[in-house]
Amino acid sequence: MKHIAIGILGAAALGLVASAASAATLDDVKAKGFIQCGVSTGLAGFSAPDDKGDWQGIDADFCRAVAAAVFGDGTKVKFTPLSAKERFTALQSGEIDVLSRNTTWTINRDTALGLNFVGITYYDGQGFMINAKKLPGVNSALQLSGAAVCVQSGTTTELNLADYFKSNKMEYNPVVFEKLEEVNAAYDAGRCDVYTTDQSGLYGIRLTLGAPADHVVLPEIISKEPLGPAVRQGDDQWYHIVKWTYFALLQAEELGITKANVDEMKNSDNPEIKRVLGTEPDTKIGTDLGVSNDWVVNIVKAVGNYGEMFERNVGSGSPLKIARGINALWTKGGLQYSPPIR
Amino acid sequence: MQEHDLSFVRVEMALAQSAPASERGLGAWIRKNLIASTGDTILTIIGIVLVAMILPQLISWALINAQWTGTDRTFCATVAQGGIQPDGWSGACWAFVNAKFGQFMFGRYPIDERWRPILVAILFVALLVPLLIPKVPRKGLNAILFFGALPIVAFILLVGGVFGLPHVETPLWGGLLVTLTLSFVGIAVSLPIGIVLALGRRSKMPIVKMLCVIFIETVRGIPLITVLFMASVMLPLFLPAGVTFDKFLRALIGVSLFAAAYMAEVVRGGLQAIPKGQYEGADSLGLGYWQKMGLIVLPQALKLVIPGIVNTFIGMFKDTSLVSIISMFDLLGVVKQNFSDANWATPQTARSGLVFAAFVFWMFCFGMSRYSMFTERRLDTSYKR
Amino acid sequence: MASQEILREEPRSGSFINDPKVRGIFFQAVVVIVLVALVWWIVQNTIDNLTRLRIASGFGFLRGRAGFDISDSAIAYSSDSTYGRAILVGFINTLIVAVSGIITATIIGFILGVGRLSHNWLIRKICTVYVEVFRNIPPLLVIFFWYSGVLSVLPAPRESINLPFSSFLNQRGFYFPRAVWGEGSWLILVALLLGIAMAWFVARKARQRQMATGQQFPVFWTSAALIIGLPLLAYALSGFPLSFDYPKQSTFNLTGGFQVKPEFLSLYLALSFYTAAFIAEIVRAGIMGVSKGQTEAAGALGLRPGSILRLVVIPQAMRIVIPPLTSQYLNLTKNSSLAIAIGYPDLTATTGTVLNQTGQAIECVLIMMVVYLALSLLTSAIMNVVNARMALVER
Repeated sequence: MKHIAIGILGAAALGLVASAASAATLDDVKAKGFIQCGVSTGLAGFSAPDDKGDWQGIDADFCRAVAAAVFGDGTKVKFTPLSAKERFTALQSGEIDVLSRNTTWTINRDTALGLNFVGITYYDGQGFMINAKKLPGVNSALQLSGAAVCVQSGTTTELNLADYFKSNKMEYNPVVFEKLEEVNAAYDAGRCDVYTTDQSGLYGIRLTLGAPADHVVLPEIISKEPLGPAVRQGDDQWYHIVKWTYFALLQAEELGITKANVDEMKNSDNPEIKRVLGTEPDTKIGTDLGVSNDWVVNIVKAVGNYGEMFERNVGSGSPLKIARGINALWTKGGLQYSPPIR
Repeated sequence: MQEHDLSFVRVEMALAQSAPASERGLGAWIRKNLIASTGDTILTIIGIVLVAMILPQLISWALINAQWTGTDRTFCATVAQGGIQPDGWSGACWAFVNAKFGQFMFGRYPIDERWRPILVAILFVALLVPLLIPKVPRKGLNAILFFGALPIVAFILLVGGVFGLPHVETPLWGGLLVTLTLSFVGIAVSLPIGIVLALGRRSKMPIVKMLCVIFIETVRGIPLITVLFMASVMLPLFLPAGVTFDKFLRALIGVSLFAAAYMAEVVRGGLQAIPKGQYEGADSLGLGYWQKMGLIVLPQALKLVIPGIVNTFIGMFKDTSLVSIISMFDLLGVVKQNFSDANWATPQTARSGLVFAAFVFWMFCFGMSRYSMFTERRLDTSYKR
Repeated sequence: MASQEILREEPRSGSFINDPKVRGIFFQAVVVIVLVALVWWIVQNTIDNLTRLRIASGFGFLRGRAGFDISDSAIAYSSDSTYGRAILVGFINTLIVAVSGIITATIIGFILGVGRLSHNWLIRKICTVYVEVFRNIPPLLVIFFWYSGVLSVLPAPRESINLPFSSFLNQRGFYFPRAVWGEGSWLILVALLLGIAMAWFVARKARQRQMATGQQFPVFWTSAALIIGLPLLAYALSGFPLSFDYPKQSTFNLTGGFQVKPEFLSLYLALSFYTAAFIAEIVRAGIMGVSKGQTEAAGALGLRPGSILRLVVIPQAMRIVIPPLTSQYLNLTKNSSLAIAIGYPDLTATTGTVLNQTGQAIECVLIMMVVYLALSLLTSAIMNVVNARMALVER
């Protein structure tokens, strides 16, 4: 035990300890000059490093949006790749400021793990993928009795899988791995018949397989997987900033504010747009939140509105080509809805 | 004069005859070493079959059929898999290793800054080699430079942030760089801790002794992976709110504490091998405890256990591969991470990558074990009775 | 001599501070205070963190419903079982892989160790190459090799390789018929135990007789007849209650029979092959440690080479071999925690999953450490007993 102390001293001497204080995350973030954002170790469309090592995806972009709101600069963010096991401790211990890592919002995580989810950036559901070439004739998850199923351990996916097969009185053979790469490799090598994870993930993973065309995603969705960013409990101001960054992204889309037209929009006469973009005289919306009044302008300039973010990373502008579906705005038949910014 | 009585005295010696034909040449060697008895012959046949089964396949896979150059997966996939190789082709995809070599060595360390780890490596080798060769003089100066100056220089170069060097965060480090840094820093930190623990275990103070025994036996009884889990998930909860450690540093602490326990046992072996007269002699000279240990016992004991230290180091070097389980990217971690690159997804990719990683690990470990054997022999002579 | 006497009679009269005893007590007190302070600090921090983050603590979570399935389980387990049982399943799996690995590694290791000292040049070289290759590669890498090797070489379930006795080999593992014991099969077990007991008794008697009269008794053959014959007799008497459940092809996989999963197979093989290299070196050192005179003397007494090895060399070599062998067994047990890398549900993997599902990091890591520690102590204890029996009996 005493050597931990020596280690700490040594660490302090090495200058590698990120010094930080307690409650006011915003002050800490401003003091260090960037936001530390927890992301996945690599899931296409959500958070994955590209060839240059820059993190791309909805989850990564969300962190940039928060950075833009706080600093007016979307590049002031650093990413920490985390495994499923590490993600909650990393947030609890203050290693990261925001956890934006395709994490499902559940009551247990809100109450027992000390997290606060800020919203749902992606409505997902768990699905199944099979190799249609090897298994012709299978077109429903209900035909999967007796199959070997690849799944990542320690996720809600693993629990839903058990529930689904149990409630349908089917048998299966779980093949469980710690890391996504290992699940992918095992599925590709034919260790299991079925791959199960969030449906968006399946589309992303399909692209990385040896022969993507051979694999099909089955129609069933067996669970609700509301994915969203989370912050630590006990800091309402920071919670509000992250939450309203998400709502601002939605509001911008609703009002038609895009990366391209945001500067023109600043001259708009529409009172709602003026309120959102902080061009109303004597507005205090931004400063009350703890950021500057042109925070929404900064967000949209950095990553665009929610729709742009979606299409760029997982939608038509990406290799994944996922349709908006229930992730469309409420005005277009989806579930994405923002309380008014006023 | 009686010389004439001798019936025969040989004046010139007969020339030594060469051994009979049956006892020399290839035939005799084979008879002696391969087919000495029926059982031996059977064993030889089994051996030949084994070698014949493995070796040609291995050579053709690794050398003859291997694909050495290429830019993407098509070079290593058969026609059926959408590549250019004939169907049924099986060869190593060294093109993959070639393309990813930079990553395997440095991880995501910025390309413009890679001269820094390279420079550190050159300095390291330049200082280490003379230290290892017994004949080279000025060991003292060399050791001071190696243990005192090099760590500071290496730290400044690798981390940066001063003297106009851009700061490179540890999450960007990877590959062999991480493997080597972890194991060398780990050994450097664990050796002094290990010495203190070993002295504590042989101490006459009951509480100190008990604490050291508990620490050493606990750590030696649990797998490294639990220590690493502890460092990665539990340590943050032990610290005051908001104080966080760099993940790399946490792994480093875990590895060092783990190695320290093993090091302590190696050092203890050395301490026990020092004759009691040495301790008593030091006492009779009126030396204090630390003088006795520092001037008389430890110099002798540490010299004795150099092979043991090197062996512990080999173990630790291999064990660093475990950090890939807590999602850090050491050599093995980076190699495995690159298997999921869709650009290189072929059946041969994983095998080639693993063989490459195995080769690198093997080279280091084999080299070190040979050195350890060399020192063992060298030290052995002086202690032989 | 005289000066020593003087020193002993007149202890150096120094100041109180220089008294080694006082210093010792003072130093220990400092160590204890520092340690207690550090532990207190850590505990305080942890409690603060847990309350601040509203994380529940304690071991009550072990009674909660696990909700996830485990692929390989030796005891009854379903997603309705508790977290505690999930950890137990993992623990049993660790035991299974460790015990089977230890047995296989010992066998391979002894063969290789003897092989390295063989007169046969080719065998010697093959063993040397094996040892040098496996000793210098990380065990994790060996596991990956076996796993990717097993997966890429073996065929898909529909093209399974047929083996004798209705066994199959494919990517999903090794399938063989499972024995289904019918009514009355307890008789067979009883007969087996009886056979072993009688064999032991016969061996004892035979040794006593040989000690007393020098006459030998064919112990091996009698024991074999007893141990195999009695159960067979019981089998026939109870009306052949044994039937087999054969693996059959179904939509996805083979069903029925007994399945050894590739995860287990690769972990087990990797651990055995890796540790065997170290055991080989230990065995070689042990045999080389027995002086040549012993062999020659035994030869002079007229013992045959086999008997020399069995009666003279090996018993002496074992004394040198057992202590390092113990630490290799411990290493193998600890290395079995690498199962997590290929998804074999051992203690580390299942406890890790529980950690993940419940967020009880401290409790879970604690459980892992305590169990491994207990396993290590147990193995050491057993090997110490063996060592004590093997140790040199000095007159």
